[in-house]
Parts: sequence; C-alpha cells; structure tokens
Amino acid sequence: MMTEFNTLAELMAQAAERKLPPYELVIRREMETRAVSRAAVWSAMQKNWRVMQAAMAKGLRSEERSLSGLTGGDAKRIFSRRQQGFLGEAALTAAARAVAVSEVNAAMGRIVACPTAGSCGIVPAVLQTAAEQRGSHEDEIVAALFMAAGIGMVVEQNACIAGAAGGCQAECGTAAGMAAGALVQLAGGAPPVICEGVALAMKNLLGLACDPVAGLVEVPCVKRNGFVAVHAMVAADMALAGVCSVIPVDEVIGAMQEIGRLMPAALRETAAGGLAVTPTAQAAARRIFGKSSCS
Amino acid sequence: MRGVFDIVGPVMIGPSSSHTAGAVRLGLMAGKILGERAVKAGIQLHGSFARTGQGHGTDKALLAGIMGFLPDDERIRDAQALALQQGLEYSFQTVNFGDVHPNTVLLHLVGVSGRIVSVGGASIGGGNILITKINGYAVELTGEYPALLVLHRDRPGVILQVAGILARRGLNVAFMRVSRQARGQESLMIMEMDEALPAAVVDECCSYADIEQAMAIPAI
Repeated sequence: MMTEFNTLAELMAQAAERKLPPYELVIRREMETRAVSRAAVWSAMQKNWRVMQAAMAKGLRSEERSLSGLTGGDAKRIFSRRQQGFLGEAALTAAARAVAVSEVNAAMGRIVACPTAGSCGIVPAVLQTAAEQRGSHEDEIVAALFMAAGIGMVVEQNACIAGAAGGCQAECGTAAGMAAGALVQLAGGAPPVICEGVALAMKNLLGLACDPVAGLVEVPCVKRNGFVAVHAMVAADMALAGVCSVIPVDEVIGAMQEIGRLMPAALRETAAGGLAVTPTAQAAARRIFGKSSCS
Repeated sequence: MRGVFDIVGPVMIGPSSSHTAGAVRLGLMAGKILGERAVKAGIQLHGSFARTGQGHGTDKALLAGIMGFLPDDERIRDAQALALQQGLEYSFQTVNFGDVHPNTVLLHLVGVSGRIVSVGGASIGGGNILITKINGYAVELTGEYPALLVLHRDRPGVILQVAGILARRGLNVAFMRVSRQARGQESLMIMEMDEALPAAVVDECCSYADIEQAMAIPAI
C-alpha cells in the first residue's frame, strides 16, 4: 500500500489505522516516492540536523554583520540576557538561537531552509532548546524533524510556503506550525494534540505581511525568527495543556491560503509596501544599492 | 506533494534561495555547458538580480557556480577573491532584457582552451532554475535531469540517428526539444534523460556527418 496523505487529518487517520506514529508515515512516503531505504532517509535528516546545530552555535558566537549591514550580533545580545529576562531561560535561549541561525543566513553562512531560508531559525531553535530541557536523544529530534516536514508538506500542498505567494504567514507562519507540532511530538503528545499545536500556532500568525526592507531577508525577518520561536513554544504548551483550536488545523491551512490570495502584491515579498516603503527603509535601500550594483 | 527535503532543506548558503542558491545553480549549469575551466566571465544581470543582487550576494553566487562550487559551499562568500586567484576574470553589467523573469542572467564564458558559450536563464524560486538560452538558441533546461545537447544541421533523419544511439544503450528520454536558426541551417536538439549519459554517447553522436557538436550535461 502506497503511503499518501493530503491533509493532516488524513495523515493522523492513517497513522491510527496502521498503528504507527505519524512521522513514520512521513518517512515511508519519502522511501516509496524516491525508492530509497529508511536508513538513507533517516541519515539525510540527521545530516540536516547537524547543519542546523552548527548554524546555531556559529550564530550565537558571531557578531558579524550581514552584507547590507542591516543585521548581525543580536543573537549574542539576547543570549546574554537569558537569565535576567521577563521570560524564562528556555524561551530567551530559543529566541537567541532562532535569531542566530537567521543571522548566519543573512551573512552568507550555511543553513537548512525550514521551510524557507527566511524562516530557517524557528524549528531548529525550539527543538535544540526543548531537547536540552528534556534530555532528548538525537533520534527523538530527528523523528520530530520528520513530523515538522510532514506538517510543512501538507501546508505546501494545500496553501503555500513562499512569501511571494502568501506573505510571511506562509513562511514564518508555516515554520511556527511545524515547530509547534514537532515540540508536541517531542513531549509525547498524541497525534490529535500535535494537530492542535499546529492549528494554534498558525492561526495566530494569519495575515502576517512579507514587507522586507530593501527586499533582503533581514528586516524584519531575522528578529521575527526569534519572536516566532517563542510563539511556537506557547502554542505547543497550550496544546499540551489541553487547549483546543475551535477551527481544525486543515481549515486553518485553508484560511491561510485564502488570506494569501486576498493579500495585495505589495505585501508579498515585493518590497513595495509596509515596512519596506518607510522613509528609513528607503534610505537604507538607497545606501545599500546606491553603490554600483554587483561591483 | 513535495518531498521531505524540499521542506526541511535544502542545505544552502544564505540569504536567499532564489537570489543566492538559485544563482549558484545558474552559474554551475553555465560552467558545465562550457565544459572546461572558465578564464573569463561577462555577466549581465536583469531585473531583481540587478537591483537587489548585491545585498543577496548574487554576484558571488554566480561566480562560485561558474567555478563549480555547490549551493552549500561556504567558500561562496569569498568567490570574488577565489575567482581572481584561479585566473577567472569577470565583469558584471546591468541590462534590461524586457519582459523576462525578474531574476534573469546572461553569462558569457570563455574557457581555458578558448571555447566560448553564452548561457541565459532565470532563478524561478526555491532554488529552482530554468536555462532558457544557450548560444542564442531557445531552450528549457532545469538541471534536474542529465541532458544531451546536440548541435546539428537541420536535416531529416538526424533526430533518428541520435534517438538510435540512445535506444541501443537502453537510455530513456524524459523530455525533448529541437530548435533551429532557420530552415536547413544549424539546429539544437536537447534531450533530458532519466539516466546519466556515458561518454561514448557523445563520441558516437560526433561520428555522424550532420552533427557538429554533442555535449553531455550532468544533473546538478
């Protein structure tokens, strides 16, 4: 029997029917469509996780500025306040790590798109932080990454994951859903609770615009990765506490698609609206691109 | 539905899948089509590539690709210095190609033996690319499949000759396109394959009188 699912409801129903964890069906679908072994799929994800870890470590140490000079060094600042903050240490550590990966991306370092380069910090940051809290084995993190991938696949199938198509709700919003679902799984939450976590995380970011300054993946993207990591942790905790989303997850994904369709092009990665057209952003764009383009 | 590693992946050098990772792949394809070490690169950038390329490192990414670096190579950020070290002379120019994809580039490359190619293409999102022009011919090449490029005279039977070479080796054609300058003149045949092409295919193509040049381009 070929493994196929188009919605999270279908994935969860099949998992229950076949008495397998949902992430295992995500792995099996990949094995079947590419005709590769489970070991190959697993080790590829393990490699991606190690690239994520290296990016987090690098970004927390580095004070390097991006090519444009707009971002850099904030991960280290946030990390140094983790024990004095209003939020607990875990939340600030996760925020710092998400910003760290995003800063590495902006400075031409190596990252794993998750689901995109603009939202690459969120999933690794929450998983690393939760794994430290819980003493999780690397295999549990890799399994959680497969769950995150399955969630992202369903969103991509039924809505979109590109800022140009659906605004930032499609990039950081999807990453939030992936991260929350992965966290619920890591904490041992049942499949329906995973769905609640995804729904709560995505619902609260619906409508988020993609209006990057100078069209670069930096402002507001880098700091937003930090905010959204914490947001995903709140959603996972709500779901694990028994909070339910009134709107089921697949309908939330449908709503995201609808909002993306209604969103003006100026707010979909064109740098023609919102923050991108503020006087400060336009001055920054002139400063960055005023120099001879691609010297 | 996309695969697991289209969502958690690819591993890439930032900041942008279209302006950085896709640009590396465009350079990589151009380098493979040249088929030898490039010593000169004249790079024309259009639209968003020209406007926002500098902030995204598009220039470095294209040079890195021409030198054969992959999209996750950490040397991409130092591509300009490395190009000069390797004796690759380069220049960038802003151009307006009119109504084409906003992330379009045209690369004019000169190889170490003096071989010249011009390769045009666009970065169409998520690191995916489309090569649209090779030496003035309209093509459609994604780099996802190994491809056979055959420059030949526009004459009946040439397609059959090439198809025969592939069929005798059990090689399957996934996509195919033929374009020409004018009737009876030079023509370009492109076949995207399910399997990698053995070198003997290229040699055998070149043994036919109507075939001027053949080239195997690996998937990237």
